[in-house]
Amino acid sequence: MSNEHETMTHGLDPSKFRDMQARRLDLKKEKPCLEIDRLNLYYGEEQALKNISLQIPEKRVTAFIGPSGCGKSTLLRCCNRMNDLIDTCRIEGQIRLDGQNIYDPSVDVAELRRKVGMVFQKPNPFPKSIYENVAYGLRIQGVKSRRVLDEVVEQSLKRAALWDEVKDRLQENAFSLSGGQQQRLVIARAIAIEPEVILLDEPASALDPISTARIEELIYELKRDYTIVIVTHNMQQAARVSDFTAYLYLGEVVEFDDTVTVFTNPGKKATEDYITGRHG
Amino acid sequence: MKAWFKQGTPWVWLSAGAVSISLVMVIGLIALIAVRGLAHFWPASVMEFEYQARPDAPEQVVMGELARSETMTAAAMREAGFVVPEGQDVVVRHLLKQGNRDVTGRDFAWYLQDHMSERRYPREALVLERLQWGDFYGYLRSYQIDGEVVAEGDQARTMFEEKLAETTTLVRELGHLERFRIGDVSYQMEQLRLEGRALERNQAIDEQTRAQREAELAAQQEDLEALYAELENERQQLQREVSRYSIGMQTADGRSVTIGLEGIVRAWYPNDMSVFQKSAHYVVMFWDFVSGFPREANTEGGILPAIFGTVLMVIIMSIVVTPFGVLAAIYLREYAKQGPLVRTIRISVNNLAGVPPIVFGVFGLGFFVYFVGGGIDRMFFPEALPSPTYGSPAIIWASLTLALLTLPVVIVSTEEGLARIPRTIRDGSLALGATKAETLWRTVVPLTAPAMMTGLILAVARAAGEVAPLMLVGVVKLAPNLPVDGNFPYLHLDRAFMHLGFHIFDVGFQSPNVEAGRPLVYATALILVLIIITLNLTAIAIRNRLREKYKAESD
Repeated sequence: MSNEHETMTHGLDPSKFRDMQARRLDLKKEKPCLEIDRLNLYYGEEQALKNISLQIPEKRVTAFIGPSGCGKSTLLRCCNRMNDLIDTCRIEGQIRLDGQNIYDPSVDVAELRRKVGMVFQKPNPFPKSIYENVAYGLRIQGVKSRRVLDEVVEQSLKRAALWDEVKDRLQENAFSLSGGQQQRLVIARAIAIEPEVILLDEPASALDPISTARIEELIYELKRDYTIVIVTHNMQQAARVSDFTAYLYLGEVVEFDDTVTVFTNPGKKATEDYITGRHG
Repeated sequence: MKAWFKQGTPWVWLSAGAVSISLVMVIGLIALIAVRGLAHFWPASVMEFEYQARPDAPEQVVMGELARSETMTAAAMREAGFVVPEGQDVVVRHLLKQGNRDVTGRDFAWYLQDHMSERRYPREALVLERLQWGDFYGYLRSYQIDGEVVAEGDQARTMFEEKLAETTTLVRELGHLERFRIGDVSYQMEQLRLEGRALERNQAIDEQTRAQREAELAAQQEDLEALYAELENERQQLQREVSRYSIGMQTADGRSVTIGLEGIVRAWYPNDMSVFQKSAHYVVMFWDFVSGFPREANTEGGILPAIFGTVLMVIIMSIVVTPFGVLAAIYLREYAKQGPLVRTIRISVNNLAGVPPIVFGVFGLGFFVYFVGGGIDRMFFPEALPSPTYGSPAIIWASLTLALLTLPVVIVSTEEGLARIPRTIRDGSLALGATKAETLWRTVVPLTAPAMMTGLILAVARAAGEVAPLMLVGVVKLAPNLPVDGNFPYLHLDRAFMHLGFHIFDVGFQSPNVEAGRPLVYATALILVLIIITLNLTAIAIRNRLREKYKAESD
């Protein structure tokens, strides 16, 4: 194996690399789901996101990568307006979900968050039973029918690949689950309310490798039904699970293209430096 | 030495020492009041001896229970007027509870060891606990019906014991009749009178209806009067029946006294009882203390109204303070824009906890009793004026005053609880499309429940022990009625009530008979401590269950 080849695959397993070549997609042919349009975000005086425009394709996995503090999590949180909770945060520009600007004053934030679900870095199940965790979103919407709840809970847990492990102890406290199971429970909770988009903020960074692998498999399964945006620190993970990758640096999008291109033939030197680990 | 300091050993010792001192003090306190309080109910042996206070004085026979003994210097005793033999430096003196207040005028007296003869413990010494005049110590001489001597000696003892069991039942019945059945009728008559007054004041109704209503009221009044006469008759009959029987008693110094059976609560021969009998007696005495009504300016009888008042007041206070405190804390922490104003409010709330309780009492009297209570009277109970309904110290105002007093504790601990809820939990809920309010009520507030309970525990402990403000807003020395009874609306929040803390103060320091009250102070203090411990343990148990239920991440 030549040195040059190794540089080309950036340390990835060559077989994986061949797979990647096969799954190359064309960004231009994709139907956009979330359109981020000239988005600027300020924390007080400081500008955290600078003129960001991205078209996040429907039913694909899009990864945001970049060094710590580059604004990738901030950008992700803009997509379901979680940044509204921060007092000093100010946003300019638009994010359109199915053509509708989510920052329009007429938009009901709770309604938006039902369409754009989110999973956080650390598993954050509610201190309730496993069942109630998954049913939470539906209960908020006023669903009371036991039959409907039972069905949705089962379906969601099955889709989150957790059903077999918890079906006999649905009434147990969610904290009795392991970290990886908790994270899948949180994903089940998110998909129980049938969102269009699922935002994953470093979903596996607090998990062990086996749990991480299961989450990655799950992401692969879920993209058939949902548009997925994932923020990750882990380059291999981005390469493994995503279809498209955006590299952010200091609040700007340096490069956005299909994952294979970004990882094998990046258009910018900065991207290549980061991916190959030359960037601190 | 330096190394010893560096290792932190002195600090370990210092902190361990602090803990042990606190522990010793707490255990010592509880042990003291437990021993002093619980010993009171044990039927002590009755001693008898001859006493000659000075060589030229006549010898007298004294009988009584030993309350306590002291060693005094002879000089001090001589100054106090006792005759102490020459050449003696110290004297032992004994305080004797000799009862018979109606005969001798003083039921506690000091006796010098030196002037006492050998002590005797006569088996036939009889102690009577009476409704009036305190205990009686003496010998049973005769049993009488309608003033005629029917039996003497051993026969008298058997007959007396049998009859006493009967009369105590009758007396209890009589008490029940007076307190509840006649009391109920009086209450209804008072209500009727108020209705009549309300009718007079009502200008809105026409003459015909007025006449009709008046007739109705008059008819009801008549019915009640008939009922009252009937009950009164029944009462007199019972009274006559119980007052037929009496016993002839002789005191140790030979005086004869006739005592009616209706005035005797119980009788026992302390020197003629086995340990087992004494234990049974003890349990009965203790139960009567806890479940009885006070007598003789609170120095005798039970403390049920005080226990009841304390517990009810704490419960009402909790019901008021919890929602108020929790809502205030939620607003301050979750909704209010954090800034100088909120900071000022928070500091003010914290400082409220430092205001002396008596100030709250004055405020409660001025605001709750006179302003709010007076306003309620003018608006809803004008027919009863000028006698106040809510415009006088009452349990509701006492509870509200204490709620105000303990509000800071609940606010502060709830706020701290809210601050401890991890952000991720809130985010999780919001990300599922819950609004802020839904997130609060479905997730954050249930999680804060243990912290709220902590606040409530502190509030309860504080409230149950507070006395000073209560003296102004509702606690009385003797409340004729409990705040709860069988008359609609059953819970009478407008009534004054008794409180254990105040009871201690009253019995211990306001009573004319200090020695008689002394053991009751300890016993009452013990009950108060037990109640606070029980209330706290209940709250802690609830909190632990909540904690278990909402067990969050360990970090």
